[in-house]
Amino acid sequence: MKKEIIPSLLLTIVCILFFSGVYPALIWGIAQLAPNKGEGFVIKGDNGKYYYENIGQKFTDDKYFWSRPSAVNYNASGSGGSNKGPDNPDYLAQVQATIDTFMKHNPDINKADIPSDMVTASGSGLDPHISVQGAEVQVARIAKVRRIDKSVVEALVKKHIDGPMYGLGPERVNVLKLNIELDQTTRRQ
Amino acid sequence: MEPQILGVVVMFIATLLLAVPLGKYIAKVYAGQHIWTDRIFSPIEKLFFRISRIDPTKEMNWKQHLTVLLTINLIWFFWAMFCLLNQGWLPMNPDHNQNMTSDLAWNTAISFLVNCNLQDYSGETGVSYFTQIYGLMFLQFVSAGTGMAAAAVVFNALRDRTTEQLGNFYNYFLKSCTRILLPVCILVAAIHLFEGTPMTFKGMDTVTTMQGDTMHVSRGPVAAFVAIKHVGTNGGGFYGANSAHPLENPNYLSNIVQMVAQILIPFAMVFAFGFYTNKKRLAWVFWSVMTIGFLILVVPAIYTEVQGNPNIAHMGISQPGGNMEGKEVRFGATASAFWSIATTVISTGSVNGMHDSFMPVSGMNMLLGMMINSFYGGVGVGFLNFFIYVILAVFIGGLMVGRTPEFLGKKIEAKEMKIAMIIALFHPFLILVGTAVASYLTAHDTNMGWWFADAAGKHNASGWLNNPSYHGFSEMLYQYTSCSANNGSGFEGLADNNPFWNISAGIVLLFSRFLPIIGPVAIAGILAQKKFIPVSSGTLKTDTGTFGMLVFAVKVIIAALAFFPALALGPIAEWLKMH
Repeated sequence: MKKEIIPSLLLTIVCILFFSGVYPALIWGIAQLAPNKGEGFVIKGDNGKYYYENIGQKFTDDKYFWSRPSAVNYNASGSGGSNKGPDNPDYLAQVQATIDTFMKHNPDINKADIPSDMVTASGSGLDPHISVQGAEVQVARIAKVRRIDKSVVEALVKKHIDGPMYGLGPERVNVLKLNIELDQTTRRQ
Repeated sequence: MEPQILGVVVMFIATLLLAVPLGKYIAKVYAGQHIWTDRIFSPIEKLFFRISRIDPTKEMNWKQHLTVLLTINLIWFFWAMFCLLNQGWLPMNPDHNQNMTSDLAWNTAISFLVNCNLQDYSGETGVSYFTQIYGLMFLQFVSAGTGMAAAAVVFNALRDRTTEQLGNFYNYFLKSCTRILLPVCILVAAIHLFEGTPMTFKGMDTVTTMQGDTMHVSRGPVAAFVAIKHVGTNGGGFYGANSAHPLENPNYLSNIVQMVAQILIPFAMVFAFGFYTNKKRLAWVFWSVMTIGFLILVVPAIYTEVQGNPNIAHMGISQPGGNMEGKEVRFGATASAFWSIATTVISTGSVNGMHDSFMPVSGMNMLLGMMINSFYGGVGVGFLNFFIYVILAVFIGGLMVGRTPEFLGKKIEAKEMKIAMIIALFHPFLILVGTAVASYLTAHDTNMGWWFADAAGKHNASGWLNNPSYHGFSEMLYQYTSCSANNGSGFEGLADNNPFWNISAGIVLLFSRFLPIIGPVAIAGILAQKKFIPVSSGTLKTDTGTFGMLVFAVKVIIAALAFFPALALGPIAEWLKMH
């Protein structure tokens, strides 16, 4: 073992320099060609504000489409899910309470139209998307609060449905993008 | 076909199509044949060996291989501990994260050293960029290289000849990293950059949301990290939420790339064995056994996750997306269920949904994937684990039909069988003893003193559970299973960042990594020295469907006998209660 220590140590040092120095530098170099230079995709908002396209935001205002519940309250300095088991009584009570709140803010809908993603926390706590049904079920509320025609909101939702990527995976709606355009549309009217 | 189902079918088939040519390439790398990457990497490797005063052509016997393996791993352990305990003052720490406590550093250093990547910290707040890149990502490369090098030694030992000389460990190790892991990583990382994964050394950003809240967004050199995390079946996430995080895994395409990246080398190693030893048919038998096991686990998991949670169905809402607790809308229940089983059978341990919130059937199948631990298995080591079962099957099969137990022209005798049995039984031993101790403490609500305190500062053992009853038991069972399988995923509700879990898990990790490497390498080394017996009418044929079924049966019997009681107390009891 003794005579292997020096070679092992030296090989370790060159490997650290190569795999932790050269390799990340190369990827960083490629990142300079990528959108926003590898600092995360951003969307411009009003008044010089910008948002991260892939990071969900907390939307609890009635005038906005809500995002999903979050175990980290959409604070992206951390991330994580609720880690509640499917048969945990406390968890089920919490889901029931979320459904009740949702019904209170959306009195005109059928309970059976609420999709489960709107009342369950995502894995990251930063999910930028909701399901198509999750957006549709909020249309009546948005139209009422913003005093715009329901068909306008419906058309907006339809426009923001992202179909399966290359024909694979689920449909979804990016809540942030939808809400940005919702504000713009309301202002125009 | 339904786009979500089609998505997982594409992932599987794409992996297979890429794995066969990659397997051929890997076989050439280990055989030292000329390949197109020579031009780029030969000069680099030569330079590295010259600096390190290593002669890569010097052949080693199996004991020398293991000596080098353990020596270099020990050095890496000290380096990782240094990073973790000093990251507060070391450079590249824009978010001012602090040094780890010594028990957490012990757990983290071992966990990355052994290719497990169990994480009792969260990447955003627990480690600096220096630690991520120079400590953890470095270990993700070299720990994968270690497992692959050990597999290469076994490949070499199983060729039709009698020898003690089994190649050079440094050579296998470095080439695994430079020729196999690195090129795939560069490709995977580059794709991620264009899908939205960050690669920056800038710290946290602060933005004001549309509603006017202030929000911090962690960034970092993620793309480089996420590539090797999957290509090396390490699984440790850059962020706390791992591949559920929308920057670490931004969309369905990146999800496919990560999925293919993590199963690719485990597949390819099986084919590499076939090409290297010129036993392609046998390789396909092995691959088929693994695939049947994988499908038996993955299909029910997808089905139950898509069905959703019956308790939530009772509340009168709809579940068009299935069980969405802990899952992301952009992946959907199908891709998350597929991932949960893939990541557990191949010992990656990355997650794109929170396993703690999956349905009991899925949870059980994840546990089974790790308990069997060789339906594909991790890079290199998965093949080693499978090899143990093959030895057992050859011996049992030989006895059943009254033929001399032989594998690839070598007699399997008492010594090899003893080693194989010890390795096969040590895995359940570690899992069950660990779970039993933790359950005993929980059931008695023992005052743990220094060893454990919950968020409120109380020392009662039951405080480490996030869920009551059967599911709580599953959390503890999952933790030790994940450690012993060197997997690294978790039922993350478990409060595991405390001396009790950090230290006990670290000990399990060490044993469960190095014994299953030492055992198969020793067996292969002993077999290589034996006289080669040409195939005769008395030989038990191993490259047949019958033998494949026998291997499968041996796995199922060992797993069922060892683990059924524990599974009955956890996920099975939970399922019965819910239905």
